[in-house]
Amino acid sequence: MNIDTLILIFASTVAAATPLILAALGVLVNERAGVLNLGVEGMMLVGAVTAFGVGVTSGSLFLGYVAAMSAGAAMALLFGLLTLTLQTNQVATGLALALFGVGLSAFVGQPFVGLPIERVPAVPIPLLADIPVLGPALFRYDLLVYLSIALYAAVSWFLYRSAAGLRLRAIGEAPGVAHSLGYPVVRIRYLAVMFGGATSGLAGAYLSTALTPMWVEGMSAGRGWIVLALVVFATWRPLRVLLGAYLFGGVTVLQLHAQGLGVDVPSEFLSMLPYLATIVVLVLICRNPKTILLNQPASLGRSFHPDG
Amino acid sequence: MDGGGIRAVSAMNNWPWRLERRAEPSIAMKFASPLIAAVAMLVTGFILFSALGLSPLSAFRTFFIEPVASTYGFGELLLKSTPLMLCALGLSIGFRANVWNIGAEGQLIVGALAGGAIALFVDGLGGFAIPLMLLAGILGGMAWAAIAAFLRTRFHTSEILVTLMLVYIAQLLLSYFVHGPWRDPAGFNFPQSQSFDENELLPLLAETVRVNIAFLIALALAGVAWFFVSRTFAGYRMRVAGLAPAAAAYAGYGEKRNIWLALLIGGGMAGLAGVSEVAGPIGLLSPDISPGYGFAAIIVAFVGRLHPIGVVLASLLMSLLYLGGEAAQIDLQLPASVTGLFQGVLLFYLLAADLLITYRIRRARPDVVAAEAIKVDNPVNVQT
Repeated sequence: MNIDTLILIFASTVAAATPLILAALGVLVNERAGVLNLGVEGMMLVGAVTAFGVGVTSGSLFLGYVAAMSAGAAMALLFGLLTLTLQTNQVATGLALALFGVGLSAFVGQPFVGLPIERVPAVPIPLLADIPVLGPALFRYDLLVYLSIALYAAVSWFLYRSAAGLRLRAIGEAPGVAHSLGYPVVRIRYLAVMFGGATSGLAGAYLSTALTPMWVEGMSAGRGWIVLALVVFATWRPLRVLLGAYLFGGVTVLQLHAQGLGVDVPSEFLSMLPYLATIVVLVLICRNPKTILLNQPASLGRSFHPDG
Repeated sequence: MDGGGIRAVSAMNNWPWRLERRAEPSIAMKFASPLIAAVAMLVTGFILFSALGLSPLSAFRTFFIEPVASTYGFGELLLKSTPLMLCALGLSIGFRANVWNIGAEGQLIVGALAGGAIALFVDGLGGFAIPLMLLAGILGGMAWAAIAAFLRTRFHTSEILVTLMLVYIAQLLLSYFVHGPWRDPAGFNFPQSQSFDENELLPLLAETVRVNIAFLIALALAGVAWFFVSRTFAGYRMRVAGLAPAAAAYAGYGEKRNIWLALLIGGGMAGLAGVSEVAGPIGLLSPDISPGYGFAAIIVAFVGRLHPIGVVLASLLMSLLYLGGEAAQIDLQLPASVTGLFQGVLLFYLLAADLLITYRIRRARPDVVAAEAIKVDNPVNVQT
């Protein structure tokens, strides 16, 4: 295996990890606020179809991305309306959102099946991209890849270095206390949930415009659920989300390259790898219940009512 | 977070319509809310059809009435309700115990594979073929769900994520078998197995319909499920675990046993649904043996109030959505995914309508609202 192949594998790992990073960072923020939204798969698919549809119709991918984020946020708003205002069960409502998103995206995506779209162009960083080996491996991606790294930095800063992030974490740990200190618990949870929706929508957009530039029903293929597992795996910390996503991306890419490397296993079994890896990773991290107890936001998944 | 405050939704303070917590949950609303949701879904359908430029009344007929207007159509309604009913009966028992098995789709597929393996590779069974296939299907589904039960009880992994990951793995497993070792050599390279023999197919209920005895089995199991939930100690333990986990733990009801039981029942029923499909209307193994019955069953379980009788009725409604979707595809050139859209919408409406179980909507004069806002005992509530 020569250096070019290695660079190719590395670059496709980064590409495969990018949608996971985008969605998982948003989901991380909304879980840190104490809200469990299982509808990521649905929001991703709606984002994917929106970006594709708007991108093809308007000819502008940028508009597509804005639309995808808005669509994801709108889905999340619906979830917020039900769980935060109407106090419905978060697990059941999240499942409903996932199923609804699958149906909705398939329905509105019907006219776009089989249409071509131009892949989002790579933007080499001047000078840096010309460094041998490192240049092609690190500095020749599309903007969303750079954005995923920037988002990591922003989310880390927000959660650990800003007053607003501290408030958000306090709300996730002890909403009752935060409320009695005068913080608008429900409003902040709405914002956190919509942020998760927007980044999930953008993650979906990356699938349909960059990773595989087309629209196919159910094209996220369980990535929304893998994202939820990834946040658990990361014990709700941004850096581990980033590392975990590259690990998962690597597993996905391994599956694509394994046959090229002469591994004689039926393709179906290789395709199982990301799902198997998700289970293995969950087992490893949940094996010790204290890991989860100590790291999981204490109010995750529980309704909160200011008058209660 | 319970009890107390009269003003349920403080954001609505200045709104004449207010949500007011009921003193006790309304039993009537518990049963009315699925109906409210169904009606709201129909109204949404009406609006959707109009928006698509179809005549809403005739689209309505095509979608909801014509599919069941004939004996054959009615048979199809029962036929499609069968796997939904089987899966949802099992899931609802688990959901009551707060065990979230959302991978019935995968358990259904593995059940179909296990039952199909008997049909394809064990010959000379005669009349025993069907019972053996059904048994294999149940065991297959149970085995698949047992993975999640083992990981949950031994390693504390979320059964939500594990059962779901196992759906994708089951789909790939099915794809492997029908593309590879189990493909019919005389099948013109289609990814499907040989057709099952006559004695490996479930007997039909009548000559002119496709619905088979699996429907009766499902109805009987609904009775068994009702008995289990309301008349056995194991069922009682599971209900307590769902309603009051702390009380269940204090009473010494083993949490692990509940998890195992919930997942094995759910998996077994889904496996039975899978084998009933391949030994019923499909008659062979192929990659698309289920149009998402396992996922739709989650909605059926909720719409049926997690109660066996409710599940039977809800599975008929959901079956009608599938039939309507097919009819709409042929007659109205609507994509089949309109079914999935309706399913999701139905569940949303149900969750929202469930609010009326614990709250009621009251109209109040604005000055009264303002006066009450000041009077409320808890000072935190006063917002200016």
